Amino acid sequence: MSIFGLMWASLFRKRTRTLLTLLSLIVAFLLFMLLQAISNAFSTSGSFNLVGIDRLVVTPKYSIIDSLPINQQQQMLNLEGVAAVTHAGWFGGNYQEPRNFFPKYPVEPYAYFSMYSELVISQEELDAFANTRRGAVVAAGLAERYEWELGDIIPIQGDIYSMQDGSRLWEFELVGTFTAREGESEAPLFLFQYEYFTEAVAAYGKDQVGWWTVRLSDSEQAAEVANEIDKLFENSRDPTRTATEDEFSRQFASQLGDMGFITAMIMSAVFFTIVLLTGNTMAQALRERIPELAVLKTVGFSDGLVSLLVLGEAVLLCVVGGVFGILLAFAMQDVLGSTLGGFIGDFEYSATLIISAIVLAIVIGIVIGAMPALTARRLTIVDALRAR
Amino acid sequence: MAEIVNCRDVEKTFIKGKEAVEVLTGINLTVDEGDFLALMGPSGSGKTTLLNLIGGLDHPTAGTVSVSGSNLNELSSSALAKWRSVNIGFIFQFYNLLPVLNARRNVELPLLLTKLSRSQRIKNAATALEIVGLSDRAKHKPGELSGGEQQRVAIARAIVADPALLVCDEPTGDLDRDTADEILELLELLNRDHGKTIIIVTHDPKAANHAQRTLYMDKGKLVEEVAA
Repeated sequence: MSIFGLMWASLFRKRTRTLLTLLSLIVAFLLFMLLQAISNAFSTSGSFNLVGIDRLVVTPKYSIIDSLPINQQQQMLNLEGVAAVTHAGWFGGNYQEPRNFFPKYPVEPYAYFSMYSELVISQEELDAFANTRRGAVVAAGLAERYEWELGDIIPIQGDIYSMQDGSRLWEFELVGTFTAREGESEAPLFLFQYEYFTEAVAAYGKDQVGWWTVRLSDSEQAAEVANEIDKLFENSRDPTRTATEDEFSRQFASQLGDMGFITAMIMSAVFFTIVLLTGNTMAQALRERIPELAVLKTVGFSDGLVSLLVLGEAVLLCVVGGVFGILLAFAMQDVLGSTLGGFIGDFEYSATLIISAIVLAIVIGIVIGAMPALTARRLTIVDALRAR
Repeated sequence: MAEIVNCRDVEKTFIKGKEAVEVLTGINLTVDEGDFLALMGPSGSGKTTLLNLIGGLDHPTAGTVSVSGSNLNELSSSALAKWRSVNIGFIFQFYNLLPVLNARRNVELPLLLTKLSRSQRIKNAATALEIVGLSDRAKHKPGELSGGEQQRVAIARAIVADPALLVCDEPTGDLDRDTADEILELLELLNRDHGKTIIIVTHDPKAANHAQRTLYMDKGKLVEEVAA
């Protein structure tokens, strides 16, 4: 036996109580990992990770669920400082079932890949994309996830847009895949021809786009050009709001609320409750063990060592709960990743997040163990033995 | 024989609320190495308080307590803890074993403070359990042992670090007559064959019969020495 062994054994003095406390800690740290990972994914998902300093995104002024008319494109191209303009839009729709979630954009093949040079696609497949009316290209990771191969027909059940014949079943032929340039994270995008979309779609959505992406001639002029674009459409039926891609991502995520704030609030409530509950458990455990602590002091354990033992037990309890919570979060990563990944970008636990969880466990352990440790330190042997 | 305990003009006063309660007054006591001393007296006479002072669990209000050549008044709290781990073995009425540890680990407890290797600690704990006749119960937790067996484990824990002095506070107070006799015989054996100095606080005249000398206390004073 070692001092650690003594600490471990003492922790399980009341097995059921300790296991229940551990369970609450595990759930708390599982929540911490999941919510932080989701929050991080929101804060880092650019236009699904396509962040460029020389690009602006032009969205409808009042809500990104509105649309913009296709004729705005030429007007923007006429502005000084605008080098290129392309568009995309939120198609929605489900592949097989709603949980198979990934963004689907109708785009202009050449213009889109020219705009987003971070996306790497072979010329042959890009040509096939441009020349195949119902063609679609997807991120390589997405194709791998659903085991799609070139030539496969991929049915998408529309939930926003229906076709002219009233059908909501859109079918696309997979003609290529693309990857992200090295160093960039790959968003699970599904791209198909805008030309096909606007021809096939029923009245709602025809000749409309979701947002514009504008490449600047000079990135130093971003603020001026953004201002010019918004001014251009200010008094039209479709006023715009122009921002950097980063800002656009944040606006998009904020449609669901301030994830960072929501996460912080939930976790504060969870950990505040945990500190109270676990702290109460530790205090109760200390009261029951006062004669035992007195015995330790009697046989020669110093006041400091006894208080360290008590503090160590609290930290150990929290760290064990934290580690199991982290492991459980990893066990759930695949399921949650495939469910949420398409929507929020990369759902993953960074090293920083894991270290944060462990540090948090240690801090909580110290907070809940501090008072019992101090009480144990101040315990006089004679009084403590008399309390038996 | 050299003296192992020397109490000079010892006084102890407890403050209870606004009242000062004198528990010990003018205690002068010498115990030689190898002695087996019984302290008797009515409840509240100060026996346990005196034992606590000798064992370094408390400080006197006045006077000096020297044990094994150390003036306990001069030791700080941490120095006193270290001193206890080397010089004193404690045996209590209610055994005071840690319920989460088995017998061997309870006995090993004082050795965690030493620099002995794990294997040496286990060996010493096994030897102590063998001396008290409980080798076959080493892996049992206190809840699985009888009162007499628990007290034997407590005695093994008291002797495992090989202290010169054992202080016992009513060691048979929670045991039936036969088991109490076994424990007293064990203490006698430790005194006789292993040279341990023993001071025992007891209400039981039969327990005192095992001691070489008996001191009687009343109202905080040593009032009478009874020849064994």
